[in-house]
Amino acid sequence: MTDIVTLDAVDRRFGAVHALKALSLTVAPGEVLGLLGHNGAGKSTLMKLVLGILAPSSGVVTVLGHDPRGRGARDLRLQLGYLPENVSFYDNLSGREVLRYFARLKRVAVRDADRLLERVGLGEAAGRRVRTYSKGMRQRLGLAQALLGQPRLLLLDEPTVGLDPMAVQDVYGMIDTLRGNGTSVILSSHVLPGVERHIDRVAILCQGRLLASGTIDGLRQQAGLPLQIQARGQPLNGALRSQLAGQGVDIQGEDSGAIRLSAPPAEKIAVLRTLLAEPGLEDVTVEPPSLDALYAHFDTWGRQQEGDREHA
Amino acid sequence: MREVFIVAGKEFRDGLRNRWILAMTVVFALLAMGLAWFGAAASGEVGFTRISTTIVSLASLGVFLIPLIALMLAYDSIVGEDEQGTLLLLMTYPLSRTGLLAGKFLGHGAMLALATVLGFGIAAAMIVLLAEQASWAALAGPFGLFIVSAVLLGWVFLALAYLISVSTREKARAAGLALLVWFLFVLVYDLALLGLLVGTEGQLGGGLFRTLLLLNPTDVFRLVNFTGFEEAAAASGLLTVFSDQAHSPLLLLGILAAWTVVPLVIAALLFAGRRT
Repeated sequence: MTDIVTLDAVDRRFGAVHALKALSLTVAPGEVLGLLGHNGAGKSTLMKLVLGILAPSSGVVTVLGHDPRGRGARDLRLQLGYLPENVSFYDNLSGREVLRYFARLKRVAVRDADRLLERVGLGEAAGRRVRTYSKGMRQRLGLAQALLGQPRLLLLDEPTVGLDPMAVQDVYGMIDTLRGNGTSVILSSHVLPGVERHIDRVAILCQGRLLASGTIDGLRQQAGLPLQIQARGQPLNGALRSQLAGQGVDIQGEDSGAIRLSAPPAEKIAVLRTLLAEPGLEDVTVEPPSLDALYAHFDTWGRQQEGDREHA
Repeated sequence: MREVFIVAGKEFRDGLRNRWILAMTVVFALLAMGLAWFGAAASGEVGFTRISTTIVSLASLGVFLIPLIALMLAYDSIVGEDEQGTLLLLMTYPLSRTGLLAGKFLGHGAMLALATVLGFGIAAAMIVLLAEQASWAALAGPFGLFIVSAVLLGWVFLALAYLISVSTREKARAAGLALLVWFLFVLVYDLALLGLLVGTEGQLGGGLFRTLLLLNPTDVFRLVNFTGFEEAAAASGLLTVFSDQAHSPLLLLGILAAWTVVPLVIAALLFAGRRT
C-alpha cells in the first residue's frame, strides 16, 4: 500500500529561523509515528505542513496522495483529525454544543458526535459548559473533536501534557484502538515514559533536523547503548569479575547484595549465561535502553553536530 | 457556502444565549422611546411632539452608540479564536479563511440588524399607539430610513472591527484599537475638519469640505437622517454646509454600503495572507 504521508526534502523557514531542514519522512497506513523533540525542534511546524496550514519553503508534502494545500485540500481535510497543543474551545458552550459545531463543519451527523462524547468518557459532562471542565476533560473533548468523521490520519500534538496518569492511559488506549482500525497516527510528545508500547516508529527531531527514525529496536541498535543489568545475591568473586570484564561488562556498583552492571547489547546472551551459571545470584533483570535514554543519546549527538556545523 | 452558514448560525446563537441581541434591542427601544418623549424637553415640552425632533435626536445619539456596540461585538472575533487555539483548529477543517470571516460577518450582521429593526421598530409602534399626534403614515418613512441607515452604520463598524481583529495577535491590543477607531470616526474626524475650516479661515473650498464629510461614515449617517428637517440645523453643526443641497439618500446609503464592503475585503485579503 502507498504511504499516507510523504515528506520529501522539506524545508521551512520563518524569516531568519530555519524551522525544518531537508526533512524526509513517511508514514504508512495504520502506523503510529512518535515525533520526539525538544521545544522548538519543529514538531508543530511539521504537523502544520501535513495539515496544509503552512506551505513548505521548498520540498514536497503529500498527504493521502494529495497536496495538502492544493485543489483537493477541502476533501482531504475531511479525512484528517487534529488535536492542537493548546486549545481551550468555547467556554460558554457545553461540551456537546462544541462538538456538534465541529461535527457540522466536518459534515458528520450530530448523532455520531454525541456517540463520540460517550466514547471519550464525557457523556455525563456533555451538558456542562466547557468553562467548568478540567484540563483532562478539555483534552478528551479535543480528542473527540479529532476523531470526528473517522479520519484516516490523526495528528496529535502533545496529547498527554497536563493529564493525570489514568487519563494518559485512556489516551494511549484510544490510540491502540485506532491503530487496530488502520488509522495512521502522528503523535508528538516529550513525555516519554510509557509511550514506547503504543508507537510503531519514532522520529527524533532536533533543531529542525531529523536525527533518526525507525522502530525503537532499530534505534537501539543504531545507538548501541549498553544494557542495564541488575543482579541480587552474594558479592561477585574474582573469577566472575574477570570473565565479565572479558565480555565488555562494566560493573557500576555493588552494595549490600545489589549489583548493577552495564553490558554491550551484542553480548547480552553471553553475559546472561555467565551470570545464570553463578550459583550465588538469586535474581537477574535486564533492561534495554529506555526511550528516554535513546532520545537523550540522539539529542546530545544532534546538538554536537549542530555545534560543529556552526563552527565550521 | 454551507460552512459559512454554520459559522453564522453559531455566532447568532451565541448572541441569543449571552443576551447580546436582547440587550441591544432593549437599549435601542428605550433610547428611541426616551428621546421621543423627552427629545423636545429643551423647548419646554414633554411628550411626543414631532417625528423630525425624534429622528434628529436619535441620529445624534445613535451615531455614538451604534459604532461602539458594533466594535464591541466583533473586535475579538478572529483574534479571540486565535488566543483560544480554535482558529488553528478551524483552519484544519474544510473551511477557508474568507469563509470564516464571511460567516462571522453574516452572524454578527444579522444580530445587529435584528436588534436594530426590533428595538427601533418596537419604539415606533409604541409611539404610534401612545401618542395622539403620531400616525403610521408620518412615521414609516423617516423611521424606516433611520433604521436602514442605522443597520448599515452598524455593519460599517463590524467590518472595521474585523479589520482590527485580523491585524492583531492580542485581544487587549484589538480592544484598544477598536476604541481608537471609535474616537477617530466619531469624535476626532469632525473636530479635525472643524479645525481645518477655522484654520484656513473658510478658504477651504466647499466642494472639498463636502467630499471630506462624505468620507466619514458617521457623518454620512447623520446626513441621511438630518437632511430634510429644519430642526437639523441646530443639531448638525458642521453639516449645515449641506443645507443648500440635499443628497439623495440612496447615494448616502451607497456610501455606507461601500464603507462596509471595502474594509471587509481588505480584512479578508489580510487574513488570507497571514501565515497562521
